[in-house]
Amino acid sequence: MKELLRASGVVLFISIVLLLINVKLNEGHVSSGNGSITVYNWGEYMDPDLLKQFEEETGIRVIYETFDSNEAMMAKIEQGGTSYDIAMPSEYMVEMMAEKKLLLPLDHAKLPNLKHIDADFLDLPFDPNNRYSVPYFWGTLGIAYNPTLLDGQTFESWDDLWHPSLKQQIILVDSARETLGMSLNSLGYSLNSTEAGELQEAKEKLEKLTPNVKAIIGDEVTQLMVNQEAAVAVTWSGQAADMMWENENIDYVVPKEGSNLWFDNMVIPKTATNVEGAHAFINFMLDPQAAAQNAEYVGYSTPNAAALELMDPDIAEDERFYPDESIRRQLEVYQNLGLEMLGLYNDLFLEFKIQQRE
Amino acid sequence: MGKLNMLPKLHLAIIFVILYAPIFYLIYYSFNSGDSMANFESFTLEHYAAVFHDTRLIVILINTVVIALLSAFMATFIGVFGSLAIFFMRSKPMRKAILSLNNVLIVSPDVIIGASFLILFTLLGVKLGFASVLVSHVAFSIPIVVMMLLPKLYEMSPSLIDAALDLGAAKRDVLTCVIIPYIRPGIFAGFFLALTYSLDDFAVTFFVTGNGFSTLSVEIYSMARTGITLTINALSGIVFLATVILVLGYYLISQKAKAPLTGVKR
Amino acid sequence: MGLLPMMNKMTPVRFLYAIPYYAWMILFVAAPIALVVYFSFLNLSGQFTLENYRSFFSPVYLKLALSSFWYAFLITLFSLVIAYPTAYFLTKTKHKQLWLLFIIIPSWINLLLKTYAFIGLMGFYGPMNAFLGLFGIGEKQILFTDFSFIFVSVYIFIPFMILPIFNSLDQLNPRLIDASRDLGASAWTTFWRVVLPLTMNGVKSGVQIVFIPALSLFMITRLIAGNKVLTLGTAIEQHFLVTQNWGMGSTLAVFLMIAMFLMMMVTRGNGKGGLFNG
Repeated sequence: MKELLRASGVVLFISIVLLLINVKLNEGHVSSGNGSITVYNWGEYMDPDLLKQFEEETGIRVIYETFDSNEAMMAKIEQGGTSYDIAMPSEYMVEMMAEKKLLLPLDHAKLPNLKHIDADFLDLPFDPNNRYSVPYFWGTLGIAYNPTLLDGQTFESWDDLWHPSLKQQIILVDSARETLGMSLNSLGYSLNSTEAGELQEAKEKLEKLTPNVKAIIGDEVTQLMVNQEAAVAVTWSGQAADMMWENENIDYVVPKEGSNLWFDNMVIPKTATNVEGAHAFINFMLDPQAAAQNAEYVGYSTPNAAALELMDPDIAEDERFYPDESIRRQLEVYQNLGLEMLGLYNDLFLEFKIQQRE
Repeated sequence: MGKLNMLPKLHLAIIFVILYAPIFYLIYYSFNSGDSMANFESFTLEHYAAVFHDTRLIVILINTVVIALLSAFMATFIGVFGSLAIFFMRSKPMRKAILSLNNVLIVSPDVIIGASFLILFTLLGVKLGFASVLVSHVAFSIPIVVMMLLPKLYEMSPSLIDAALDLGAAKRDVLTCVIIPYIRPGIFAGFFLALTYSLDDFAVTFFVTGNGFSTLSVEIYSMARTGITLTINALSGIVFLATVILVLGYYLISQKAKAPLTGVKR
Repeated sequence: MGLLPMMNKMTPVRFLYAIPYYAWMILFVAAPIALVVYFSFLNLSGQFTLENYRSFFSPVYLKLALSSFWYAFLITLFSLVIAYPTAYFLTKTKHKQLWLLFIIIPSWINLLLKTYAFIGLMGFYGPMNAFLGLFGIGEKQILFTDFSFIFVSVYIFIPFMILPIFNSLDQLNPRLIDASRDLGASAWTTFWRVVLPLTMNGVKSGVQIVFIPALSLFMITRLIAGNKVLTLGTAIEQHFLVTQNWGMGSTLAVFLMIAMFLMMMVTRGNGKGGLFNG
């Protein structure tokens, strides 16, 4: 009994000391005036120096929270309980959140820096007139591959993935829209197809890819490609950029049949309590200097045309991450197909995953 | 006979090597001047320096430890009395029913626990943050504590309690002088495994946290998309080292304190 | 058998102190169950339906359920086979409490990080293959196989199996073993007839604490098994986090709970095993 009491004492003592340290650490952070905003973002998806800079310039304190999936983020905002002032959903999620009335309209008068965004990336179908969102980063879906492991083989088309020489070489993304979308594209269909027949055909074509599939995974693909564990991966441009940074043998291509064009966007959720501060933050992030610094930190493609001019030309002119008009025209943005359709995509994808074992 | 002594040692050695292999792998890469756990470029301490410069990360680490310690402590406390209640339950079907309910949170995937706790908290109007995370961690740690305690209770010889009661011991004394000391190893096991549950949890915490409160797991999982930085490896290395030192220190002190009593205890 | 008078005398104590436990059970077990059951009857547009239960009995989900059980069984079996001797040998070491703590400490480092480490360790050019190479076994594809999946799962669950078994073994009266040996029983018979039955409570606890969560494993099915292993846990996660079909996800969760209840009913009531209740 004595030992139990002593152990309890130690646990409680340590906890209290740590809590006091935390209070102390938080104290230094509270800046005067202008209140605070809560930013909800993907992890490691913003240069922390910019947050400090913003705090110094405006006197608004930034509370930074992170999420790891669009849907989980939406569930949190839908339930409330926290006053998120800024969130960074992907494009299809902007559409879904707007539909559910989870977003506040943006006041463009408070966002003068919006003019720096490339006109091609404004007023897109998922958010007409940028009523609710401003693009933050963008990219494509494509094939990352390591020619040194493939006798110099290169890729131009999605169909190249089905080549028999690639046995057990390919890593796919564990995501229904992406994987079925790629199959749809390879058949010449739209990746927003809602035709049951086309989807079935896409699934059957995907099943023929099975012998070449090494694994179906998520973000870990970066580590595997860098370590040369796999030769080919279907992946997003952002991830491909990370891979190429670490292993210069790797190359990335957007197949000629077309692919997905994605956006992560800044929005103000309806939970916001500091709408003024949120606008100030968006405007700050749209500043060319800040956007350029952020793009260099994160390594994803920025939609900010003025920022691009400030960046290292080696990056800004890299066709793989800033593809020219002709390729961009082939790209499609995901549409919100509704939950029923999303369910169908997922069921087909699940069937594909199950048949892999048989 | 010599062979028999070698084999157990070898078995334990292999187990420990495997248990610690991934941890040393993480720590090894925390000294990598590169950006990830891929190729080791050259030796550096910059990631350790980065840990100490990142106040936000330190605050999150402390949050994590405080939540783990407090939730494990509270879960153990509640679990001890819960398991006693189950143990003294007369009706067998009732006991099984309660025990099954006890295990519901272990069988439910974290997303479900997280989502339903979130709904619960918003219904009750609880502000999300430290308190909601703490309560949730207590909630999902209680079952493991109970599961660690029950076998100890059942191994206890009933004559032990009878004897004490016959000798005129008050109920409270039976509890504190007979039962609790007997199940003590179970209490410690429950506490330590509750710590594991708390430190490992991502999904539940993610759903019930808010207002700037975050734990290490949430931070690490949300980094997955852009790549987990080696700062996290360095942080884990520091935490690991601190834990080992603390455990060794506590063990040495408690050994000294109870040295005259050994032999009697066991 | 002397248990009844004791229980009667203990009644008031148990009632008062167990209030927090029962409060927990109502708020954090019963309420979530009610929610999950309620959701399981809702379709995508929030209307009452039995559709989810019907779709559960489709080949896809039945296959998933079957594979969940099969892998949970394998994971539990291997954990037990490895944990029992480990626990036994640990009780024989000099600083056994300290060694036991060192079994738990690795589980305090973040699981995702350790999983990434395993991806590195098990890689084609990783240390594990290099080690195999020492024995003349050529480089093997370890990742994304049943082996890697079970290996890492056992790694995660092993402390949960070792602890209760260690606790049971540790308080075993050494005189019982001596007596058995004195009576001429072989080491094996002693173990089978004396040691194992007396530690059955610990084993049962360990088995439950490993098998039950193993049913709903998800993350490592993707990271370590590359989705070559699929379980109900994966499907539930997908329904909650991708398709937002909370109804179907809840239905699968209800099924998991029922499976767990059945398992608890089938296994002889926890405890009361062994010698004492004869």
